Amino acid sequence: MGIDMIIFTVLSAIAIAAALGVILSKNPVNSVLCMITCFVAIAGHYIMLNAQFLFVVHLIVYTGAIMVLFLFVLMMMNLNADIEPQKRNWLKYAGAISGGALLLVLVAALRDASLPAIQEGGKTDIGLVSNLGKTLFTSYVVPFELSSVLFLSAMVGAVVIGKK
Amino acid sequence: MDFTIDWYFLIEKLLLISAVLGISLLVAMYSTWGERKVAAWIQDRRGPNRAGIFGLLQPLADGGKLFFKEEIIPSHANRFLFVLGPSLAMLTACLTSAVIPWGDSLTIGDRIVSLQIADINIGVLWIMAVVGMGVYGIMIGGWASNNKFSLLAACRGASQVISYELPMGLALIALFMLSGSLSLKDIVEQQREGVWYIVLQPIGFLIFLICAFAECNRTPFDLPEAENELNGGYHLEYSSMKLGFYLFAEYINMFISSVLMATLYFGGYAFPYMDSLGLDGNMLTILGIVALFIKTFFFIFVFMWVRWTIPRFRYDQLMKLGWKILIPLALLNMLVTGAVVLFRQYGI
Amino acid sequence: MQSLTNRATPVDRRPMNLWEKLYLPAIFKGMAITLGHIFKKKATVNYPEETRPFSPVFRGLHILNRDEEGRERCTACGLCAVACPAEAITMEAAERLPGEEHLYREEKYAARYEINMLRCIFCGFCEEACPKQAVYMSETFAPSNYQRKGFIYGKDDLLIAHPQKSITENKK
Repeated sequence: MGIDMIIFTVLSAIAIAAALGVILSKNPVNSVLCMITCFVAIAGHYIMLNAQFLFVVHLIVYTGAIMVLFLFVLMMMNLNADIEPQKRNWLKYAGAISGGALLLVLVAALRDASLPAIQEGGKTDIGLVSNLGKTLFTSYVVPFELSSVLFLSAMVGAVVIGKK
Repeated sequence: MDFTIDWYFLIEKLLLISAVLGISLLVAMYSTWGERKVAAWIQDRRGPNRAGIFGLLQPLADGGKLFFKEEIIPSHANRFLFVLGPSLAMLTACLTSAVIPWGDSLTIGDRIVSLQIADINIGVLWIMAVVGMGVYGIMIGGWASNNKFSLLAACRGASQVISYELPMGLALIALFMLSGSLSLKDIVEQQREGVWYIVLQPIGFLIFLICAFAECNRTPFDLPEAENELNGGYHLEYSSMKLGFYLFAEYINMFISSVLMATLYFGGYAFPYMDSLGLDGNMLTILGIVALFIKTFFFIFVFMWVRWTIPRFRYDQLMKLGWKILIPLALLNMLVTGAVVLFRQYGI
Repeated sequence: MQSLTNRATPVDRRPMNLWEKLYLPAIFKGMAITLGHIFKKKATVNYPEETRPFSPVFRGLHILNRDEEGRERCTACGLCAVACPAEAITMEAAERLPGEEHLYREEKYAARYEINMLRCIFCGFCEEACPKQAVYMSETFAPSNYQRKGFIYGKDDLLIAHPQKSITENKK
């Protein structure tokens, strides 16, 4: 077992434990903190794949911005265990069934998927900033620009809602 | 895979990390002294001068006091998060120093030792990421205190840091258009050969400076720790060394931002006529480190100077400045820079 | 409304022009002012090492004087206590016994003489009232103390040193 494998195992363990913490924790703030831990562990996986740009963008966008907003909203709510509404039983079953179905679909989809990054040992330079930028702006320029238009429209929408 | 480890490399990096951490802490410690001195001078006073000559032992006395004070954890506070808050603030403050080139390389024996802990090619983005995570220290601490003033301050801090990260990033993008690299080392080397980026990016620097004030929660943007509105802000319930950690983290952040400004816009360890002095490598490196620290101390002084000059913004003014002035200005700066870069590359 | 003085100036309520709206020039101006203050003379006096000079008419802590042979001048006449507007002075008189001529100048002396420095307003009336030139006001002020009783100065605190004895003897 090489040092890569050790780090991978540790990071995966942290990620899975934190992900379990997200759904099992009673306190929503703890859930958010677990989710942050999970994201950091996943960012570690990006580093293992030498995808430095993805790593840092993951940290900035997900851990640095989105989770802060999650935490922000949760902190603003008055979270007491005793005023938490009792969920109905059928809601729990429905949730379990739909979640299980989603898991099934994912497993079925991933079973046949080829994972080139793992097979190559994860030592490519495609994740470095300049390579990634060149790829994005040559081979994938249309989807890239389309997604940026999507973001722009989302922003405009947010402004419109905010103006009301 | 085998386990051969380059022990020299490991020791070298360990030494470098401890040195950088030690210097950061030392500078942060003496920033508190400097802050009080500058404040006193600006207000026609003398400042601390009792502990040691010129009051130089004052930070030690303050630290000793903080260590030996009683630790109070509020009874309704979440104990784990209450301790986690200051630790996170301190951790994120220290993490940023990893990608800063403190100097050129030293030649010791036949080894060339780079004075940068990690020369990763996403250097500046790493700093942005860590700064963005630094807000968790404030938020968690403010929330875990279970005090409405702390919570208010934490919310203010979080929204302030997030808002000002955007113009900061946009200002940096304009810089990267010129440098073509995210690595801080490359940026410094380019400034060593050419001109400092302050000449090419004056507006970018101004935006960066203002955002740095906001990110460090320094006056005029110190709303998260406004003494007279929030009784002290997010660290209201903290006492003893945990409070010390918060204050210390702020000073380390200030130090790192100063280093960053010096590195990005003022040539880092490069200084004018550096290569025509005819000095050998090691001597030049040491001079470069000295130059970097002189620039850094100047910016730390600017931080303090501004703090004791400008009163605090109102919260709506803060948000207006961030979203309605700085972001459009940064976008404009970015567009103009992009146009100029394109024009220089291709002509009309 | 009629203005009380002719110094009133109306507030300039014109909208700010572009230069003022930039806000930065004003900031730089302010920073120049604060920078100038760094090099100004400091107002602070380093107290225990330096003291501010008192004016020549300063009235500080009282002292009880002796004559040139070292005898106490005070005869416990009580005029100072009567003159005192704050009623800070109390005393008890006693008769000089034979053999004490070297201690007290007159036949009557103050066995107890106390001034409460918390009551004293340092007006100097006692100094003026004294017919024997026994009470004078020095150029010091009362040092701080933790207790009120520390501010009640007795004879040992007020009497000046004996002019013909050494310091160690006086301490006793």
